[in-house]
Parts: sequence; C-alpha cells; structure tokens
Amino acid sequence: MREVAVIGVGMTKWGELWEKSLRQIFVETALLALDDAGVDRIDSLIVGSMSSGLFVGQEHVASLLADYLGQTPVPAARVESACASGGLALRMGFIEVASGMADIVLAGGVEKMTDVNGHEATYALGTAADQEYECFHGITFPGLYALIALAHMEKYGTTREQLAMVAVKNHDNGSLNPLAQFPFKITVDSVLSSVLVADPLRVLDCSPITDGAAAVVLCSVEMAKKLKKPIVKITGSGQATDTIALSSRKDITWLESTFQAAKKAYAMAGKKPEDIDIVEVHDCFTIAEICVTEALGLVEKGKGGKAVEEGLTALQGKIPVNASGGLKAKGHPVGATGVAQAVEIVKQLRGEAGPRQVKEAKVGLTQNMGGSGGSTVVHIFERA
Amino acid sequence: MPTPSRYWREIPQRYRLEAGKCRNCGFVAFPPRAICPACKAREFETITLADAGKILTYTIIRVPPQPFVDQAPYAMGIVELDDGVRLTGQIVDCDFEELKIGRRVKIEFRKIFQEGESGVIYYGYKFVPE
Repeated sequence: MREVAVIGVGMTKWGELWEKSLRQIFVETALLALDDAGVDRIDSLIVGSMSSGLFVGQEHVASLLADYLGQTPVPAARVESACASGGLALRMGFIEVASGMADIVLAGGVEKMTDVNGHEATYALGTAADQEYECFHGITFPGLYALIALAHMEKYGTTREQLAMVAVKNHDNGSLNPLAQFPFKITVDSVLSSVLVADPLRVLDCSPITDGAAAVVLCSVEMAKKLKKPIVKITGSGQATDTIALSSRKDITWLESTFQAAKKAYAMAGKKPEDIDIVEVHDCFTIAEICVTEALGLVEKGKGGKAVEEGLTALQGKIPVNASGGLKAKGHPVGATGVAQAVEIVKQLRGEAGPRQVKEAKVGLTQNMGGSGGSTVVHIFERA
Repeated sequence: MPTPSRYWREIPQRYRLEAGKCRNCGFVAFPPRAICPACKAREFETITLADAGKILTYTIIRVPPQPFVDQAPYAMGIVELDDGVRLTGQIVDCDFEELKIGRRVKIEFRKIFQEGESGVIYYGYKFVPE
C-alpha cells in the first residue's frame, strides 16, 4: 500500500444557503481544495451524499459534479452510508490512492437540506433508521438518541447538565470558527430551557439542518513531496457496521461500530487512544459525543459525561474534542460532515486553525457515524 | 405513497410476531435473518415472540414525523420481551409520568397510523402497561 497524504482542503461558510444550489455549493468548495493543493486536474472524484434524491430530487450527482468541476471524463462515484457518507468518501479516496488505482483524488461531501420543508427533511434523515421496524412506529432521530441518552443516564448516572455541557463546549469552539453555521456561545441554562424535542433531549442538544460541502485532495506521499506542499498523512482508516435498528443491540449505550472502526484505524496507524492530540467526533446529538468518546477509548466506559464536566474535552483540555464547533455549532450537512472533520484536523495539524488552534497537535482523529451507530468511519492523521 | 404490497408482506412480523430461532445456537432474530449473526448457521425455526416484557428505555416524541403529526406527543420505548428479544414501539394507555425503566408492559395489536383520508390503515404492535 502507498502512503497517502492530504495536500489540499476546502470548506465554505455553512448555513441556510438559500441563494446556492447543491452543485454551486460543492463546486465552490472543491475549487478551494484544488487551489489549496495547487492542482487543476484529478484522476478520480468521490462524493459523499446521504440523500440528494430526497433533498433536491437529484441522483447521479457524482457525474453531475465531475461535469460542473470541468473534470469529465474522470471516473466519479457517489458513496452513501447515511451521515457517515463523507467519512466513507474520504476512505474510498484513501483506498484509491493507497492501492495505486489513482494518483490524485478529490474526496468531497455535500448536502443541500433546505430546499425541502422541516417535515420532509425529518423524513429524509429518518431513512437512515430501519424503515419497517423503527420509523414505522413513529421514531425520529432525536427520539433514537433520546433512548440512548436515558439508558446512559440510568446506567452510568450521566446528568442532564452534562449533556448540556457538550453543546456549550461545542458552541464555545464554534464561536471561533467563522465558517460555522452558529458561531456564537450558548449557556447550560439556555440548553436546559430550550424546547423539548424528544425527552430528555431539547432542541439545543440537536445538530441543525444545514447546507454545506467540504472537500480534500489526496495523493501519494511521494507525489506530495514533489509538489512541495505541507503534508498531512492519513495513517489509519477503519470502517465498521452494527445493526441499524437500535433495539437489536446488546447494549443500547455502547457504539460497537465506532469501537470496531477505531480499533482498525488505531492498529493501522500503530497508535493508541492516548497518542491522539485532537479529535473531531460525530456529535449529532449531545449524548452521541459522550458515547463516542467512550467507544474511541478516550475516556473510560460510562465516564463520557464526567469528562465533559471536568473540561477534559475542552479546547484547552487534555484531549480537545470538536475544536471546529462540531456538528452542533458548525452545522451538519450530512454528506459533508465526515469530510469537514478531516478539513479541521488537517488545518489543526498544519497549525492553520487560528484562534481555535490546539497547541502541539501532531496526531488527529476523525469519527463519522451513520444513523444511530449502524456505521462508523474513523481516520487517523499525522503531521509529516 | 407505497403500494399495498409493502404493507402486507410485513404481516407475519407485525401481526403475528413471527421470529426466527437458530436451530444451532438458539439465537432469536426478529425480524428473521438468513444467517445467524452469532454462529453463522442458516437453519431457523419460526417461533412466536413473548407477548410481555419490561421497558429498557423510553422517550416522548414531541416533534413527530409527518404520518404521526396528529398523535404527538406520544411515548416510545425499547422493550425487552420475556424471551430476551427487544422491540421498538409506542407505549400507550400510560400517563407520561408513569413511564419508568423496568416497568412491565404487554403487547397489544393496535392501529399505528393511516395514509391520509383514504389511504391504507397500518396496524401493528404497541405496548400497554401490564
């Protein structure tokens, strides 16, 4: 396998982008990544999109985007693993470069979610759960994570305030990220007084509906050296599945797909959880970040809530989690999220993260999750 | 709007609670699977799930998906049946204040939702206090 480097990253301002279409959002972002890499041609395009069909009525988006990027006839593929589609695009790009099938790959993700109304968006997101045995009964995504939250509170004594502290921390970080959808701070009180969505989760426990894209350019480390670009290597890549129905799992509070994907990524990179300096995780809901930090082995099982309360995962903490603001403050255009996590880690490892820069960050990790944990993609990055 | 076939082909599970029990290791799969996730065997016998169990976790859905708009707020939970199988479903005929982890519930056959004014009416299982 060839060593793989990220030589270019791109992300534009996320939010409710009424004036921009899916293709415009993606192309603007991809151009930033190509310019950052200093290349104008690619050998392959991989696009993560969870549900362009339900959100904008457009399938076949990989070819569409290759066309609008002026890259036809390169091969282009759209990959889907619900909210982990972006992470999967990164992994597929990694595999293409590592295997030698392609020299320069653009791996991107995009979701345009505000062309439909709220009920339609809720429906589209719901398709990541089991249609016949979860959605059929009236469950929603906030509902599924609420079931996890209450079980975690019961089993480990995690408190309602600790859940709120995840959102507060991520908004603190997001306030330093000008590209975030919600670049402002919130308080524990504002979370606890926000409207209930699915008890015990309130609206400020939930990531928002977002339009956005993110892109990275990958090539072999050998080629990156010739291009004389700052090199961040991808040294570990892991992917795993679990039952998509939450009720089918032995332990509702444990994200086995994240544990398994991380195990593979750690083994490939030759790293342990304590070697990681900075982490971007899938905080689609506050409880998710707590469970993910446990499954990644960053904190002990059941101690994720306490870790937030003690400031362990804060920007100045022992292991900063979601310096970018996370899905909560930065936004969550589902197909783009996994790629945007990589963009943040690369910026951090290059020392280009501005006011939210984590000092001495040399090894970073991204964790991108689909549904209620039915799929996870984990990557480990290192400064060359 | 889905065709009626999407509805009736789920009837063995939704109406009759039919599950697949692995003839090799005894693992119960609901809905049935082709390969046992525990031992990879492919021989299953059809069994009927237990009709009662206890609440493992629950929530109250306040922002519902479209077909459930006129039912919200409503309680949902994951229930562990007496045979160890876990199901997701609505918990009805129970005040929200009386929801409790560990509370005993039984399965009843109920209307789940209907498609508009003249669409298919969907039935299935819900949980009620025992």
